[in-house]
Amino acid sequence: MFRKFTLAAAIGAAFVAPVPAIGADDAEVQKIRSEVKDLKQGYETRIHQLEQRLEQTEQRSPPAAAAAPAQSAPASANAFNPAISLILDGQFSNLQRDPATWQIGGFIPGGDEIGPGSRSFNLGESEFTVSANIDPYFSGVFIMAVSPENKVGVEEGYVQNTGMIAGLSFKFGRMLSGFGYLNEIHAHAWDFVDAPLVYQAFFGGQLNEDGIQARWLAPTPMFVELGVETGRGSAFPGSERNKNGINSGMVFAHLGDDVGISNSYRVGASYRATTAQDRTYDDVDSVGTKVTNAFSGDSKIWGVDFVWKWAPNGNTVDRNFKFQAEYLRRKEDGSLAFDSTATNLSDAYRSDQSGWYVQGAYQFMPRWRVGLRYEELNSGNPDIGLVNSGTLTAADFPRLAENDPKRTTAMVDFSPSEFSRFRLQFARDEARFNEPDNQVFLQYIMSLGAHGAHKF
Amino acid sequence: MNRWTTFAAALALCTVCSAAFATVNIFACLPEWAALATELGGSKVSVYQASNALQDPHRIEARPSLVARMRSADLAICTGAELEIGWLPVLLQTAGNQKVQPGHPGFIAAAEFVDRLEIPTRLDRADGDVHPAGNPHIQLDPHNIAKVGLVISQRLGQIDAGNAAYYESRSKDFQGRWGQAISRWEKDAAPLKGLRLVPYHKNTVYLSHWLGMTEVMYIEPKPGIPPSAGQLSELVARLQAEPADAVIRTAYQDPKAAGWLSEKTRIPVVDLPYTVGGTAAAKDLFGLFDDSIARLKAVKK
Repeated sequence: MFRKFTLAAAIGAAFVAPVPAIGADDAEVQKIRSEVKDLKQGYETRIHQLEQRLEQTEQRSPPAAAAAPAQSAPASANAFNPAISLILDGQFSNLQRDPATWQIGGFIPGGDEIGPGSRSFNLGESEFTVSANIDPYFSGVFIMAVSPENKVGVEEGYVQNTGMIAGLSFKFGRMLSGFGYLNEIHAHAWDFVDAPLVYQAFFGGQLNEDGIQARWLAPTPMFVELGVETGRGSAFPGSERNKNGINSGMVFAHLGDDVGISNSYRVGASYRATTAQDRTYDDVDSVGTKVTNAFSGDSKIWGVDFVWKWAPNGNTVDRNFKFQAEYLRRKEDGSLAFDSTATNLSDAYRSDQSGWYVQGAYQFMPRWRVGLRYEELNSGNPDIGLVNSGTLTAADFPRLAENDPKRTTAMVDFSPSEFSRFRLQFARDEARFNEPDNQVFLQYIMSLGAHGAHKF
Repeated sequence: MNRWTTFAAALALCTVCSAAFATVNIFACLPEWAALATELGGSKVSVYQASNALQDPHRIEARPSLVARMRSADLAICTGAELEIGWLPVLLQTAGNQKVQPGHPGFIAAAEFVDRLEIPTRLDRADGDVHPAGNPHIQLDPHNIAKVGLVISQRLGQIDAGNAAYYESRSKDFQGRWGQAISRWEKDAAPLKGLRLVPYHKNTVYLSHWLGMTEVMYIEPKPGIPPSAGQLSELVARLQAEPADAVIRTAYQDPKAAGWLSEKTRIPVVDLPYTVGGTAAAKDLFGLFDDSIARLKAVKK
């Protein structure tokens, strides 16, 4: 303010100053006049030139103007808030048999998160997701699951980068493992209420990994993706080992393409190896006493997966069909300790088990879908050293008796909008030894907040 | 030593020649951007069109084939404004291609460069599938095509600097022809001013705005929410009280609801191409507007 005033005063003084010049001789005045005239003319030509240049620039400028966004984003610190979304889900279950007796007969149980859940109304896991770009190099995703028992868990929490090296994407942190097809898809996007039995038997539902995953996409018109993953391996079928270094390794490959404009597919193969140390499970011995057994050794699993999607002209809105199948085979080789907390007898253990499912979901009109799933597991007959040597009998390992669990599931779901879904599911579950269970579920899945993108 | 020099020279030559003959790979999310990129890039670009006019642009599957094409793209042209939010983020995240990440010259979100209509003043999913950045169906105003065209030409010149002069001359040529076409369309469509339309979805807003037509009501009760039988009957009652000139159905939409409404109200259905390829006549951008105007004028007679 003060500066402006000084400037004005100076300019004023400059104009006032010539006044005393009155009275100087005419020749000098003439000279000054002509100088001023020259100066004025000089400025006028320069101003004219500048005007012309400005006009030319204006004519040329639309591309430059168009290259800038037309409407600017709101400027506020909150504008940087990450995308937040929440999944609310729950179900009403009607189970013919006591869910406490549920087991996948013939298989070492994979934790306590498997099975049909409890009877009556059940709140599912509420899933809270926060995601955003971290900087020009990384983006982050955090998914917190709150269980109906009010336990909070980190389902996923990873950092990722894509394209720092052409075709390469990597993630590190806690993530859903890239094994197979369904494992990477969040439960709320599944076509059925529950995971296939083979996932429940081999991964305890869904396989999480604390580690690092890298994927490389080939620069070909066909989708060819190769991936590796390694980590802590503490989740079933591995176990916490209190060991430096890495405890699991996985490789996977995916191929995919379109067939015409209405069809597309993806096929994949995965192999994962991990090690378990004193991975305990509960059983009863031949006289009905509760015992805790423990497996230690290598757990190797491979699988193939296949997904086919159809939509007339590729327009999924009115009708579409999705076919999906996976086959998994797991070999475990190590030792099995019987009654590890008391008697603690231990000898070799070897198993070779497999399972598969095939399912289809058909949207026959907007909002409505029907689905059918059939699955089978084959427990094989595990090689138990303690039984072979005659120390114990097969009746001391009732959970490991040979069994071929099966399940048939049918569902119909209705989605009032992209963000809400209701599902009715009926299953005939033959996972237990010779005790079929009829299960009915009525489920809701609601998503609030940021619009998530859908994986293939 | 000599052998190495020859090898290095050959390698350098190869790099130069491959650079000279390499085409710019363009991934166009939607048919209109594929058509525009082809007009502007000519023989120096290779355009992959990720979706067609019979597919709802909100609901494209993030198919493996699209991920693979995104992997090799030098330039991705999409609408943005959340139109492709259900699928584009998956492609960008899994393709492992830094060039086309938002913020790089290789990514164009066309809607950022035009004046968007219907920017909501309140954001609530109770209002249906609203887009916070405004209505994203920007391609039906030819002035928007011209603006996005300038951005594409500028980016092509930036990505493929060796051919900058080529892109500039093609841009001048296209903008010239497009400007003339706009004047012709505006003259031709003058009688459409005030035409009262009932579109299925709010995807022709820019066309109506440009030509001064009025969208009196929509078949969808809220964006992205299909109408129930009750809502359709209510629409019939409202249209009887307050008639309209045409029911609008665009190429990717199910004809049933529009057909039913037309039958009940005797208001004709106009099938608009919506984008390039939506009708046989809309085989390029010029055809898109020629055909859209011709089809609308047909109801006026």
